[in-house]
Amino acid sequence: MKGKAHKFGDDINTDYIISGRYKFSITDPRELARHLFEDLIANFYNKISAGDFIVAGKNFGCGSSREQAPLAIKAAGISAVIAPSFARIFYRNAINLGLTLIEADTGRVEDGDLLEADLSKDTIRDLTRNIKIKIRPLPALMQEILNAGGSVEYFRKHRSILKGNR
Amino acid sequence: MPRTITEKIFSRHTGKSVKADDVVIAEVDFCFGQDGTSLLVIERLKSLGIRKIFSQRNFFAMVIDHSSPSPNQKISGIHNAMRRFSEQNKAKLYDIGEGVCHQVIPENSHVLPGNLICGADSHTCSYGALNAFATGMGSTDIAIILAYGKNWFRVPQTARIIIEGTIPDGIFAKDIILYIIGKLKADFAGYKTIEYAGSVVEKLSMDGRFTLANMSVEMGAEAGIMPFDKKTENWLSRHAGKKFAPVFPDKNAHYENIVEFDISKIEPQIACPHSVDNVKSIFEVAGKKIDEAFLGTCTNGRLEDLEVAAGILKGKKIHPQVKFIIAPASKKVFLEAVKQGIIEIFIKSGGVVISPGCGPCVGTHAGIPADKEAVISTANRNFKGRMGNPDAFIYLASPATVAASAIEGKIADPRKYFKDN
Repeated sequence: MKGKAHKFGDDINTDYIISGRYKFSITDPRELARHLFEDLIANFYNKISAGDFIVAGKNFGCGSSREQAPLAIKAAGISAVIAPSFARIFYRNAINLGLTLIEADTGRVEDGDLLEADLSKDTIRDLTRNIKIKIRPLPALMQEILNAGGSVEYFRKHRSILKGNR
Repeated sequence: MPRTITEKIFSRHTGKSVKADDVVIAEVDFCFGQDGTSLLVIERLKSLGIRKIFSQRNFFAMVIDHSSPSPNQKISGIHNAMRRFSEQNKAKLYDIGEGVCHQVIPENSHVLPGNLICGADSHTCSYGALNAFATGMGSTDIAIILAYGKNWFRVPQTARIIIEGTIPDGIFAKDIILYIIGKLKADFAGYKTIEYAGSVVEKLSMDGRFTLANMSVEMGAEAGIMPFDKKTENWLSRHAGKKFAPVFPDKNAHYENIVEFDISKIEPQIACPHSVDNVKSIFEVAGKKIDEAFLGTCTNGRLEDLEVAAGILKGKKIHPQVKFIIAPASKKVFLEAVKQGIIEIFIKSGGVVISPGCGPCVGTHAGIPADKEAVISTANRNFKGRMGNPDAFIYLASPATVAASAIEGKIADPRKYFKDN
């Protein structure tokens, strides 16, 4: 994965990810994507190139349970969200939808840096600053769900996990 | 091995002894969605290839509360899709006007102590007030539960918050939880359960405990669980009338951290724009001009909240430049407030009573502020844009502070209204 970093601060909530004005009435992910982070940065959608990263501070995705938030990020062509920690419901939702989350310290990354993430080696390279950042790998089950493309695909294939004797 | 309430509930629902950090497949007792999340639940169920929901017997419900009654054509379509799904699957639907899901679900006996409950709404943690493990999830997770009756969980670690002291006059559950959030901050309890304890929790009414549990997620918590006592039992005997088994933590249970607060000297608390943990004491913000006051929501739209506000507003008029909006949390609460003359007090004071639901809090309709306007609200979130306008400013406070501020047209200390009486 290689792309530009779009840098955000701590405690970015789901109302910022997808504005209150669209969260309940828009159901098409591509249309949602056009309003991504709109209340924080005007025309943010037009600044994204496919494969770019969202890079944020701690507790990314706090607030509501609405899946429209990770859905909009994914539909906008973002390859992964990188943050030192994620709010729990957002974390589940993103993995369920197959949006890659990378847990890593992001303090040294600046807005606009060119990043390359290698999940097999658990490292991110900030090519602009020539630094290496360690990734804290996801637990095995979450990694498997992501690899399958999301939980719908995963549980369709592995129904026995939920059907069996607990 | 001594266990927390959370570890005991997950052990019950997996049929084996589990501990914090175990990844488990657990059986869920009840799940639900609201009108902002249910359509996606229905779509994901289809993607899973499931035609029949796991159970039709007190297992799944949908509540139309976020945009209720519908403010536009698109949402009307979503509501109708929910009604169709409900008919086809014999799934319980609480339609427009029934109220906010977090009041409707416990009022209709869908929650019992020791239950594992999952809802497609982040404030599902409210039912911790009833000694249940209740947590918010996204639509895909609820669809998985609706399909299989189970889902995966990482059994959360527990943080224990002990609240001691005497509750000062004019201070309410909302002030207490805002005070705690201001100290511990928005990410204090990420992936964790909060177990509440202490003499203040014992003294609080059930409505007050719902307020505390409700705002646990504003500290990142997965669940916020209250101890079980006589008050819980009495509440359940009025609303549930079913058999249940409460859960108590073991004496030497492992807590990841224990924090103790003495609230004897706290002032009315205000969460200032634009984050819930930006909490200040009343003297720091009193006098700030407000344009709108909102009383309601899953945090503070219950009968006790309306009573407190009405006590302050009785015989008084709100400030002429304030829009004062009241949304009772449910039809039952609304009816009781009508019987007690509370609604009459609101209307005579100049307030506007709207149908039970979430509307203003989530910015879908019925009270969207104009640019630059300041709102004082009893809700749980004040994020930029939350009420539908990113150029407005939201302050969060107790029902008493909101009522006092509505009268004065500025953020006001409610304590003087209690001294007068």
